[in-house]
Amino acid sequence: MSLLTAYARARAVREGRAQPIATVRHLHLSPRPLVFIPLRLAGEAAAPLGAMVGTDPAEPRLLVVPQPRDRDLRFAFVAELAAIMLPYIQRYAAATETVEAKTPYERSLDAPQILVPNPRGVAFTRLLGRSCRFRRPDGPYPVHPSVPLLGQWLTFLADRAEFPGSSMLVAMTDALAAHWATGQSQVEDGNLAALVGWIDPPDGMTGPEAAAAAEDMVWSPPAGPETAPDFDAQVLAPAIRAYAASGSDVQVRDAVRSQLEPTWKVMWRAVELLRRLPEAGGVAGRWERDRAEFTREAVRIAEGGPPRGRHDSAVGAAVRLSTMERAQQAYEVQRALDDPLVMAEHRMAGKAFAGRVVHVEVERKIVPPGRTRPVNRPLVTVATDDPVRLAPGDVLISPARPKQHCEVVEVRQGEVVLQVNDGMGRGARPAPGSVPEIGESVCYADLDPGDGRGFPFPSKEETPWTHGGPPAEYVPTDEDAMEEWS
Amino acid sequence: MSRLDALRGPEPAVDHNARTIAALAANPGCDRRAVFDAAGVDKQAIARHLGYPAPFGQSVFAITRARAFEELVKADGCAHLLRLLRELLGLTVAEVAYDDIADVGGNASHAVRHARTRALLRRAATAPPGDVAAAGTLFDHPLLRLDMGGAEVYLEPDVIAFQARGRFHVIAIKSFAVIDGQADPARVAAAARQAAVYVHALRRLFEEEGLDPARVAHDVVLVCPKDFANTPTATLVDVRQQLSVLARQLSRLTRVDRILDRLPPGLTFDLRKDADGTPTRSSADLAQAVRKVPARFAPDCLSSCDMAYFCRAEARERGSTDLLGRAARDELGGVASVPAVLALAEGTREPAADEVEIAAQLRLAHRLYAETTRAMGTVA
Repeated sequence: MSLLTAYARARAVREGRAQPIATVRHLHLSPRPLVFIPLRLAGEAAAPLGAMVGTDPAEPRLLVVPQPRDRDLRFAFVAELAAIMLPYIQRYAAATETVEAKTPYERSLDAPQILVPNPRGVAFTRLLGRSCRFRRPDGPYPVHPSVPLLGQWLTFLADRAEFPGSSMLVAMTDALAAHWATGQSQVEDGNLAALVGWIDPPDGMTGPEAAAAAEDMVWSPPAGPETAPDFDAQVLAPAIRAYAASGSDVQVRDAVRSQLEPTWKVMWRAVELLRRLPEAGGVAGRWERDRAEFTREAVRIAEGGPPRGRHDSAVGAAVRLSTMERAQQAYEVQRALDDPLVMAEHRMAGKAFAGRVVHVEVERKIVPPGRTRPVNRPLVTVATDDPVRLAPGDVLISPARPKQHCEVVEVRQGEVVLQVNDGMGRGARPAPGSVPEIGESVCYADLDPGDGRGFPFPSKEETPWTHGGPPAEYVPTDEDAMEEWS
Repeated sequence: MSRLDALRGPEPAVDHNARTIAALAANPGCDRRAVFDAAGVDKQAIARHLGYPAPFGQSVFAITRARAFEELVKADGCAHLLRLLRELLGLTVAEVAYDDIADVGGNASHAVRHARTRALLRRAATAPPGDVAAAGTLFDHPLLRLDMGGAEVYLEPDVIAFQARGRFHVIAIKSFAVIDGQADPARVAAAARQAAVYVHALRRLFEEEGLDPARVAHDVVLVCPKDFANTPTATLVDVRQQLSVLARQLSRLTRVDRILDRLPPGLTFDLRKDADGTPTRSSADLAQAVRKVPARFAPDCLSSCDMAYFCRAEARERGSTDLLGRAARDELGGVASVPAVLALAEGTREPAADEVEIAAQLRLAHRLYAETTRAMGTVA
C-alpha cells in the first residue's frame, strides 16, 4: 500500500464511496467473458459442490454435485463443466494469424477469458485442474475423455493467472481492488459483494451500508469456493441427506442455486463497472502475449502433449520465475506510463516529476566521449512543484515519448535540466515534435521497463548437476492416473 | 473471589486453545482481549448479546472430515502415525506405549489432568533409555498450562507429544490436504503458529520440572491427508520463527494486573443469566461495561476474535484509521483518525510537532490526487 492509496481510502470513508486509484482499465476485458463461480464442499481439498457458469448474464448454467464425496458424481460434474468450457475455449483456437518475427509464430485473433470471484476461486481452479489432468478415459477408474482435457486447460489458465498483467483467468476482487480504494481494509475487500457495494452502492445506500449488507451471509452468501457454515449445517446437510434417501437432487440444486445466484449478479455488475473505464494503452500488448501463449498451449494439447507433471523441472521453474519477474517489472512501468494516477505514486516517491517546459536548447550538439562527430543532444529545462529525488546521470522516460531516453543533467530548486539522448530521428536536426517545446506539460520518470534480454538459462538437457542434472522426460504414469480418491 | 472471577461472573471460565493464544499473541496491544482471555470470559456469548455475533465457525462437513481423519490416523493403536514417524524421523521403534491423558479415572478437572500430564512426561523424560514401557512414547491430549500476562491458563489439548531418542516432538493432526508436496500456505502458517504455542508450553513445563527445555524439538510433526486421498502424510515443520514471535508477544502482553488496576471497581461482564440460561442484562449496559476496557482493533481480528465486529463498530464511531488496515495506517504515519488525515491533507489543520513530515506528504498526495483525477469526471 502506498500513501496515495491510503489517502484515497481515507477519502472513501468521508465520501461513503470507493475512490479511483486508476484512471484507465489496466486489464483486458473480453466482449464475451466466461463467468465461473465454483463452490467446494467444506473440509475437502477439491471436491466440487457446484458451480454457476456462462457467458450470458441472463442465462447462468447451474451445475451441482448432489453428493460431493462420490467420486463418480464429481467427475460427472467435471464432464458437464467441460461441455460448457471446452467449446468456449476451443472456438478461440481456430482463428489465428501469423506473427512476423525472427521465428514467425501463430497467434490466435482472440482468446478465452474466465472470470472468477476471488483469488481462492483461482486456487480452486488450479486444484480442479490438478485433480483432473492425470485421469484417463480407460483403465480402472475411467472418466469421460473431456475430463483430462479440461484438467489440462484449467492447469494452463491457473498458471497464466500468476503472470502479472495476464487477463486470461482473473480474480474479480483483485481486478476491482487494482482500480478502486474503499473505506475499509484489504481484508474486507476480499468480499466481492462488499467491494462492489463500496464502488457502486445501490440507490439510496452509501458504500459502507451496502458493504454491511453484503457481510450478512443470509442475504449475501459468500462468493465461494467456501460456503457459509450455517448454510452447510441448516440447508446443505439436510439436502444431501434427502438426496441419499430419495435419489432426487432437487433440494441440493435449490440450495446451491440460492448460494450462487447473488454472486452471479454481482459478478456481472463488476464486469459493467470495469467496462466503464477506458482501456489503458498497454492492455492490447499484454493481451497479445496471452493470445500467443494460448495458441502455443492449444497446439501442444492438439498434438497430444502430456499433462503437466506434478513438479516443474529445475530449468523450467527458473525460466518461469524469471519470466514472471520481467513481466512484473514491465507491467508496473507500463501502468505508470498509461495512467497519470499510477504515475502519481512515483511522483510521491520523487522518482518521477511532472511540470512545464520553460527552456529548450534544441540546437545543442556535443561530441560524446570516444566519438569524433558531434551529435544532437538538446537540453530541456522543466519547472516542477514535485519533490524531485533524482541525481545527474539518471536516465528517464516519459509517457509522451516512451521510446526516448533523457539524462538528468542538473536538479535545481523547482527545476530539472534534462539532456535528450535519442529518439530524434536521423536528420541533422532533431525531427519535429521529438523534443518537447516551451510551454509543454511533460512528465519524466526513472522507470526501467526491463525490455532487455533475459538471463540465458541452460536448456533442460544441460541442467547442471547442482540442480539434479538433466531431468527424466515426464511421462504420465499409471499411478498418476489411478491416484486414490477419498 | 478474585478480581478476574468478578469480571467473569458466576459462569465457568472458558478454556483456551492454541488458536486463541495465537490470536491474542497476534494483537498483544489489545487490553480488551487480554482481560477477557485472562478472566476466561465467554467472548462469543458477549458478542452475540451485544448484537455483533462473529460469523465464523466451522462447517459441519469440515468437522466431520477432520474427525474422520484424526480417527484414521490414530486407528489401531496409532498404526498409521507410527509408520509415518518411523519414516520421517528414521526410527527403528518396534512398538510404543500409548497414554491418553484425556481420561484420568473419570476425574476431568484441569488441575488433575495437568498434574497427570506433568507426572507422565517427567517419568518419560527421566526413564532409562531403552525402557519403552516407562518412556511411554506417545502422549495423547496432554493438558498444558501457560502464563499469559500474569494469568495462568490451561491449553485445550489437541496434540500428541512424542518422545524418541530423548527428544520430544509435538504432533499436530490437520485435515487440510498436502497436494504434490504443497499445502495452502495460510493454513500451514496457522498450524505452525498453533503448534508453536504447544512447544512453548511444553518447554515451560520442562523448565519447571528442572529438565532441559531444549529436549522439546522445535521441529513439529504435521500430519495431513496426502493429495486428494485420505492417506496421511507427515512433514516436519520448523517453528523456530513462530516460537520467537510468540515468546516476544507473550512478554509484551501488558501485565493483566496493570490493566485491572485502571478498570473501575465493580466492573463485570456477567450476562446475569436466569435459570434458563437467558441473559437478563441489557445489552446497552453490557456495552458500556465492555467499552471501559480499551480495544485495539485491526482488520485481522475479524478472522480470529469473537469481539471483532463490536470493536470495528466502535472504531468506526471514532473514524479510526485502524479500519483501513495496518498497512494503510502505517502509511498514514499513525495519524489516528480519518478526519485528521483529511484535514492535514487539505491544510485545514495545523500539524502537531510530530506530524509535520506526514502532513507535508499528505498535502502532496492531496495535490497529486486532485490533479490526476480531475479529468475523470464522475466515474464511480
